[in-house]
Amino acid sequence: MMEWMPQGLWFEVCLKVFFAFMMVGAVMTMAGYSVLAERKVSAWMQGRVGPNRTVLPFVEYIPILGPILQKLGMFQPLADGLKFLFKEEIVPGHVNKFYYYLAPLIALVPALTTMTVLPFGQLYWDDGTVSTLALADLEVGILFVFAVSSLGVYGIALAGWSSNSKYSFLGGIRSSAQMISYELAMGLSLLPVFLWVCAPGSSESGLSLSAIANSQSGGAWLFLVQPLSALIFLIALFAETNRLPFDMPESETDLVGGFHTEYGSFKFGIFFVAEYAHIVIGSAIFTVLFLGGWHFLPFIEDPWPANWIGSLLGVGWFLAKTIFLIFFFIWVRWTLPRFRYDQVMNLGWSKLLPLALVNLIVYLLIVTVIDQNAAANL
Amino acid sequence: MAKTVVLERKPLSFSERTYLPQIATGLKTTFSNMFKPKVTLQYPEEKPVIPKNYRGVPTLVKDPNGREKCVSCQLCEFVCPPKAIRITPGSVPEDQDDREHVEKAPQEFEINMLRCIYCGYCQEVCPEEAIFLQDEYSSSGFTREEMINNKEKLYELGGTLPDRHYKWDKKKEAETDGNTH
Amino acid sequence: MNAVDLLFWLFAVLSVGGGLFMVFSRHPVSAAMFMIVSLVGVAALFVLLESFFLAILQVLVYAGAVMVLFLFIIMLLDVGPEAGKRKLSHFKTGIFGILATFLLVGILLILGNSYDSLALDQSIWPELSESKDGGASQGLPFSTKVSSFGYGLMTKYMLPIQVSGFMLLAAMVGVIILSKKTPAREDVK
Repeated sequence: MMEWMPQGLWFEVCLKVFFAFMMVGAVMTMAGYSVLAERKVSAWMQGRVGPNRTVLPFVEYIPILGPILQKLGMFQPLADGLKFLFKEEIVPGHVNKFYYYLAPLIALVPALTTMTVLPFGQLYWDDGTVSTLALADLEVGILFVFAVSSLGVYGIALAGWSSNSKYSFLGGIRSSAQMISYELAMGLSLLPVFLWVCAPGSSESGLSLSAIANSQSGGAWLFLVQPLSALIFLIALFAETNRLPFDMPESETDLVGGFHTEYGSFKFGIFFVAEYAHIVIGSAIFTVLFLGGWHFLPFIEDPWPANWIGSLLGVGWFLAKTIFLIFFFIWVRWTLPRFRYDQVMNLGWSKLLPLALVNLIVYLLIVTVIDQNAAANL
Repeated sequence: MAKTVVLERKPLSFSERTYLPQIATGLKTTFSNMFKPKVTLQYPEEKPVIPKNYRGVPTLVKDPNGREKCVSCQLCEFVCPPKAIRITPGSVPEDQDDREHVEKAPQEFEINMLRCIYCGYCQEVCPEEAIFLQDEYSSSGFTREEMINNKEKLYELGGTLPDRHYKWDKKKEAETDGNTH
Repeated sequence: MNAVDLLFWLFAVLSVGGGLFMVFSRHPVSAAMFMIVSLVGVAALFVLLESFFLAILQVLVYAGAVMVLFLFIIMLLDVGPEAGKRKLSHFKTGIFGILATFLLVGILLILGNSYDSLALDQSIWPELSESKDGGASQGLPFSTKVSSFGYGLMTKYMLPIQVSGFMLLAAMVGVIILSKKTPAREDVK
């Protein structure tokens, strides 16, 4: 009889599962607090104060900390989540039940799966070796992210279709068209980045996210080397995460609530959390690709020591950058008005796509010239 | 007819056509807004300043001597468009000597706040200046019965207003001087 | 049977079962969803072979892009369960059935033969991952790395990739010409 699983493997699998739960917990917490951040930042930008009432009974009485936490609304995500959980489940009579229930799950799973390849720091071992902190540091990391996040559109499309209502349906159709359109520009904008990092002669090859991040250590951030790629990627990221100015799928003013018009209580909550999880992951990936990941500032070597303190500081620095980007997402949302649908399509197909192609060709030429010069100097 | 001048719109420059500088300006504006003082009123703790002529919940008031002003004439009941007011007339209690000049007093005075439309006709029509729409704006209750303000509640809400006329004082003065009307 | 085998059977059942359900489901949307399940199952099988690149391309291209368009069209046309009711004639069905059976038997025969030869003689399908030179002696470094895919496509398979690219271009030009609106007579002037 063959052994079911080697002894060491059991341990490894359990460890991976544990890490996966930690990661999901961290991202979901960040997603929850992004909702709070959205409410707070929008309030501040509009001269309001935002949620400042929710408080846990015993925290209230902590002298200075308690009121501060209450004023910042730190317990609001908890209350919001509980509200979604305890609300009455209303299922309209005209929906396709099976897909109606399936759609929120399909929306959430890709949002949580992309984080498996997300590197978020480095671990310095005692013997001087360095390993990347990630659930799975795949060689094809960025492609994995694209592949899995492209599955997210099914959730929205199915939600729109199964709701059997015209507003939901229009939202679903819009979102699938939008996501397909911007995926092209997004992919094309990243090609020059990988061409640059994996140029002939460099030590890197492949599409690994951690290699991209490490290539920016002590040198220029890719955001400085390839501003156009970064810009196109950022715009496409806004479109892919369905954030304003690209929130076609739900545009409240013309589609009631878009694809989730017919959804309520926890099913709506899942859509909501999935959207913010997308934002968190998207911000983290932009940080890895263009903002140097967990490395300090451009042209400066990491100032932290190569031990566990350094690891922690690196992860913290990575988180700080990611949080800034999440703030940027929110900031843009409360600044720009929504595009019209034809404008979105026009921008995607006849502006961003050609721009990304030109960008690719230019960097192709630059990389070739550099490569030829290097070959001539050999 | 005025001559219409059609102005040529200046063609947008390249930077204007990318919209990026405009977006940056917008972002700057919203960012600076984040640090401006907030206009939010922390409502139950802080109350808004109510203007002088505000029409709040209708209330009954007493005159500066603490006497009931309403004489139960029922004009307000008749004028009330949604028929929110209901008065049961009664006589003035015998033991109130200082009000013996008044013929009637309301035995019960009810204003149904679920019907009231805050039009202020009752205040306008009242000959005794007994009913006023004052600055109270927040009335709530758990049942329909709770939302019917009875006489006691109306006086509690109304309190005493400084009276400009002292009509009954003047009348009484005139009467004691032997100069009725 | 160990864990990897179990996973293999799981995903094999998922992909084959997804395919079967796709064929037999009445509703076009269900059929599309089962096809996605099948495609993802195949991708998972690629992962078990440690060929991450292929697996991801499978998901990215087929599940992520092609099937979204399918679903998009199905939803836009609003084809319900009744759409598939129109029956083919028995003659046509019979011919296609016989053809499909021949294909299936052929594939099974070829697979069976190669499996036998694999068991008898290891040298036909050598253990590529363990060869020291990474397969360079065969004229092409073999590994599941992205770079070796790229290297292969740009050297040995240059002609096929050019031809398929040209075909796609031709298809695209065709679509553009077909879908281009011919201006109405008044507009021409």
